[in-house]
Amino acid sequence: MKSAIQEGLVSTVIENTKRMLLSGDEAIALAARDAGIALGTGYPGTPSTEILEAFSRSGGRAQWCPNEKVALEVAIGAAFGGARVFATMKHVGLNVASDPFFTGAYTGVSGALVVVSADDPGMASSQNEQDDRRYAVAPGVPMLEPADSQEAYDFMLSAIEISERWKLLVLLRVTTLVCHSYSVVQPDEKQLPAPPASFEREIKSRVMIPAHARLAHRKLRQKLDQIQAWNETSPLNQVVAGSKLLGIITSGVSFMHTREAAPEASVLKLGLTYPLPRKQIADFVKSVVRCVVIEEGDPYLVDAIRASGIQVEAKPEMYRFGELDVARVRRILNYDLTPEPVKLPGKPPQLCDACQYRIVFNSLRERDCIVAGDIGCYTLGVLQPFEAIDTCVCMGASLGVGLGLRHVLPSDQARRVVSVTGDGTFVHSGISGLIEMVYNPPASGHVLIVLDNSTTAMAGHQEHPGTGRKLNHQPTNKLVLEDLIHAVGIRRVFIVEPRAESNEFDQILSECLATNELSVIIARRPCILIAKQLKQYEKAACQAAPPPVARAVTPRVAEIPTSL
Amino acid sequence: MFPVTNVVVAGLGGQGVLRGTDILAAVALGAGYDVKRSEVKGMSQRGGSVTGEVRFGERVLSPMVPAGEADFLLALEPTQVEPNRHLLRANGVLITPEAVLIETLPHKRTLNVALLGALSAHLPLARELWLESLRTNFEAGFFEANQKAFEVGRQSQAHARESIGHGHEKH
Repeated sequence: MKSAIQEGLVSTVIENTKRMLLSGDEAIALAARDAGIALGTGYPGTPSTEILEAFSRSGGRAQWCPNEKVALEVAIGAAFGGARVFATMKHVGLNVASDPFFTGAYTGVSGALVVVSADDPGMASSQNEQDDRRYAVAPGVPMLEPADSQEAYDFMLSAIEISERWKLLVLLRVTTLVCHSYSVVQPDEKQLPAPPASFEREIKSRVMIPAHARLAHRKLRQKLDQIQAWNETSPLNQVVAGSKLLGIITSGVSFMHTREAAPEASVLKLGLTYPLPRKQIADFVKSVVRCVVIEEGDPYLVDAIRASGIQVEAKPEMYRFGELDVARVRRILNYDLTPEPVKLPGKPPQLCDACQYRIVFNSLRERDCIVAGDIGCYTLGVLQPFEAIDTCVCMGASLGVGLGLRHVLPSDQARRVVSVTGDGTFVHSGISGLIEMVYNPPASGHVLIVLDNSTTAMAGHQEHPGTGRKLNHQPTNKLVLEDLIHAVGIRRVFIVEPRAESNEFDQILSECLATNELSVIIARRPCILIAKQLKQYEKAACQAAPPPVARAVTPRVAEIPTSL
Repeated sequence: MFPVTNVVVAGLGGQGVLRGTDILAAVALGAGYDVKRSEVKGMSQRGGSVTGEVRFGERVLSPMVPAGEADFLLALEPTQVEPNRHLLRANGVLITPEAVLIETLPHKRTLNVALLGALSAHLPLARELWLESLRTNFEAGFFEANQKAFEVGRQSQAHARESIGHGHEKH
């Protein structure tokens, strides 16, 4: 159920003081709007998804791209053109975008470009809890870490200013608790007018052949030195005066837990956390008797501070896993290594009762398939009663992993291997794997099942190129999956609607498993949760556009070839 | 530090847990408090557990209610009481569907509003702010049913209101 703010109601705005209760995601979107951001790009992924959705609702130009790499490249292009842009993604999304991210640090931009990485410590809904603060250090990208919604708003504006001033990509790093918790925001009265976009030729900066890249690298390090010097006195970092007996260095939402857990302590709250204000940190550590670094996830701050030769206390390893909170911060400060209380698990999610994927997983289980799975609602097929997924690594991995298994397993096992992916995931990063399937086919063939429910379901029913609708649900060119699959060279393509009263899907699966050929089965039926909306979109599209030219309808079940 | 009132609302996806926290947060904001609201909803769309937390006071720091510091736990679903009980302080107040006469509710979907009504009897927040929040957080057509559910809940805790008294209500 969406919140009142998400539905555009304004119950929490008080006219004269303009105090709003916003989530961190909404605050970032509001800052983007107030800063005249020309374009926001990204790929859906908890906890970042709501940023682009809120930005779009407020009238901003927002688009989902097929994946985060493309999203960042589009943003870089726009920033090369002098515009103010941002790209959003969850933490693992930055892995996908890391190629343009690293070299984008060298090229810099003409306008402004903020990359928002929304991390998920504790994995509320992710496959790992990687700490994307490391992504500031490796390429050399300045990074800001807001602690609540007001800072998410303020730091987004600061990130745009820093990006524009030094002509660099800037990383705004947030976490689930900042993204999804709501706190009071008082937006800026004045808004930053955005300069108009225009292309300026800067070949040495934009074309990264080795000769240019050597210069660009040095230039980058010079800029980072300047930013570090500026950061020593920037208002993004603040010292909370307190007892000299205990000093705490912290960043992000951990600052809030820290202030509540140890109200008497002196605190150095870091806002611009790469490049770090080393002198300010050293001065602070000298000013207190005991200095503890309170940070969530990886010991990023601790390692960086110790590398400068400054002694600080780190949290014990057991607190590296999962989110921090007030209780855990108290434990860290009290040197408490006793086992933490075990939380009773809540009711786990499961596939909706009427979800057509249940039929697919039942069939896979009954045929004892070895299933290389992927990321989406259908990953729930790993749970009881199906237990029908054997691997799930990252977006699109189902293709490659399934093929790898086919390549090495003995024949009786290899022919039971199936790759299962969703329509959104397939477009995101399954297409390269599909091409691999055709390019290096296993001797036993392979079977790919694309679960097509016409949406990016698990992330909250966003559109993708296969749905034929843009982020705001307006019609656009549609990627027809079966056409693409045929085009890469796969002859055996089946489209079937899994239905409870029919064993059609199971029949087709059985036949595909029995051949040494490459087969793709598209199990297609719109997600039941959005059936109503889909009808509305289709109605709106029919009213808006002339009826399409009739084309040959793809048969529901492709002809089984008489010879293999 | 500054005293903070901590409220936890728990249930399953689809029961209006988060809508309930929206409503409460709006009331506290309207009364001039600093407010933070957080939620654990991960995969609630698929019927999983949902917990929403609202903290309000002069200044709120952590968005999450520390274990054992919730003043109130509203459980819309009996199965969600035990997993969340550790959040409630020793003398905290547990409000469950049993607290309100479900049969007298205009519609069972107004249960979340009824439990908020029960909660309202314990808080120094003006009734007018609650009704305003109900008005703006739902479509106009639902207001009458919601108001009725709210009053059913509020009246069920009549003894608690007497102990708070009217002088402490913030407008």
